Amino acid sequence: MSSHSFLQIRELSKRYGGAPKPVFEGINVDIERGEFVCIIGHSGCGKTTILNILSGLDSASGGNVVMDGREVSGPSLDRGVVFQGHALMPWLTVAANIAFAVKSRWPDWSRERIQQHGQKYIDLVRLTGNESKKPSELSGGMKQRVGIARAFAIQPKMLLLDEPFGALDALTRGTIQDELLSICSQTQQTVFMITHDVDEAILLADKIMLMSSNTSTGPAARIAEVVVNTLPKTRTRADIHHHPQFYKIRNHLVDFLVNRSSAPTVMNSIGGIGYPPEIFPGLTSEEDSSDKSQKPSLKKIK
Amino acid sequence: MLKSIALKAALLSVLLLGCFLLVWHIATLPKQTVAAVDSEYAKLMGGGAPKSTGLPTPLQIGEAVIKHASDPFYDNGPNDKGIGIQVAFSLARVTAGFLLAAAVALPLGFFIGMSPLIYRALNPFIQVLKPISPLAWMPLALYTIKDSATSSIFVIFICSIWPMLINTAHGVASVRREWLNVAKTLEVGVLRKAFYVVLPAAAPTILTGMRISMGIAWLVIVAAEMLVGGTGIGYFVWNEWNNLSLTNVIFAILMIGVVGMLLDMLFGLLQQAATYVE
Repeated sequence: MSSHSFLQIRELSKRYGGAPKPVFEGINVDIERGEFVCIIGHSGCGKTTILNILSGLDSASGGNVVMDGREVSGPSLDRGVVFQGHALMPWLTVAANIAFAVKSRWPDWSRERIQQHGQKYIDLVRLTGNESKKPSELSGGMKQRVGIARAFAIQPKMLLLDEPFGALDALTRGTIQDELLSICSQTQQTVFMITHDVDEAILLADKIMLMSSNTSTGPAARIAEVVVNTLPKTRTRADIHHHPQFYKIRNHLVDFLVNRSSAPTVMNSIGGIGYPPEIFPGLTSEEDSSDKSQKPSLKKIK
Repeated sequence: MLKSIALKAALLSVLLLGCFLLVWHIATLPKQTVAAVDSEYAKLMGGGAPKSTGLPTPLQIGEAVIKHASDPFYDNGPNDKGIGIQVAFSLARVTAGFLLAAAVALPLGFFIGMSPLIYRALNPFIQVLKPISPLAWMPLALYTIKDSATSSIFVIFICSIWPMLINTAHGVASVRREWLNVAKTLEVGVLRKAFYVVLPAAAPTILTGMRISMGIAWLVIVAAEMLVGGTGIGYFVWNEWNNLSLTNVIFAILMIGVVGMLLDMLFGLLQQAATYVE
């Protein structure tokens, strides 16, 4: 938690006009360069709003975000966004959609150079041969791949993904998760991603932020815990569930979402700023975890 | 299946046309005059010669079509010009008025669509001006412009501006937020956003507006030329009415329909080219 983290979110809050209490408040997060961070929480806790503030599309009511030493005050090419609904321009071909982004990033590049650069990313998401198709001719998974390629193609300092696989079927989702994992490890990309899928978070993320719920009676949503993913970096979708730590982490996350997301949050105060505690559920011993009465029965599946 | 439906429809169309022509032909057959009281008197009254109902027969129209089509561009002075020249005059006026209207409506519509404030501020004016019959502007135009030809162009301008303006504003205002957000996160400049995101996104709606405008303009030009006179298909209709040549009037009506259809088809093609599947 050095003060020179790549991305610093400080005391971030958002209140919609006239609402009696903010949606979320006191969000303090540090993200290091190359880290993959997932955020999980129930609907309505403001995950998408946080992501929109990071992208610059929305503005915070309080607090600030500093990325790479500069305050985030609007949209920037330094932060690539993969939108929930892919947001491709339907009148442009796959190649043209990506070229539009590349041209925005490097306006002085020649047509050939833009085309070549774009092609690299089309190949990366394995869409070679579909360059001249319109988005309407592609399947949902392919569209989202184009969205990912477009975000990577501008080589942003940080990638923001808003539930990118939410609308995809399980098989397609798995394939694209694998691709995203390999691209991110190749490019050392810093990623901030919203997801509803616990398994997806464990597969992809280095850190998983758990957001408390924003109920009408309770306090505003906060980041309650930061779960550090202690599974080895070389994990893959095929073997991850055989790892002894996998269910410890998974159970901890499910447990939080089911039982504890509305519970009051306890912050660690560091230098006057309330940070959510970092938890290492994968490293706890069996005795420790068996103490917990609310352990879900999922563990027995193993 | 589809092909057979198209074929059946075409056959049915031909059949309907045949029936229509037959009924027309029978209705306009020259009637034999009843036996005259006095053959001398009958001769005086033009009896003996076949008497027409006044309306031309399909065959006469056919002859007129062939006559006009064989020499569409002759020019024998102000009151006797080929049909091609008349249609060309009308088309030139419509094109001029339409292009002027587009030059005003498209940028203004863009502006209105981008800004909810301007949209609300201008909306009452648009709502009042839109339902005014374009011909109601004619006296004002004639008085201020003092030139009948330019006045008719102005009338076309004023009638084709509204659908284009409203559709452009609506199309621009309803561009999907997602695409604008993509443009924002890519730091796309105002002009580039306007031409490469908003324009293609709104193009189908804008072209629908242009198609409606062109349809109205072609309706209005006939009436305008009847008033202004001189040249054009509208004037041709009026002139032939004064000549009591219903054959030529009916032929001109046919021409107006065909040209209007071709114009509509042209915009239909443009619309098709701009439409995208989401």
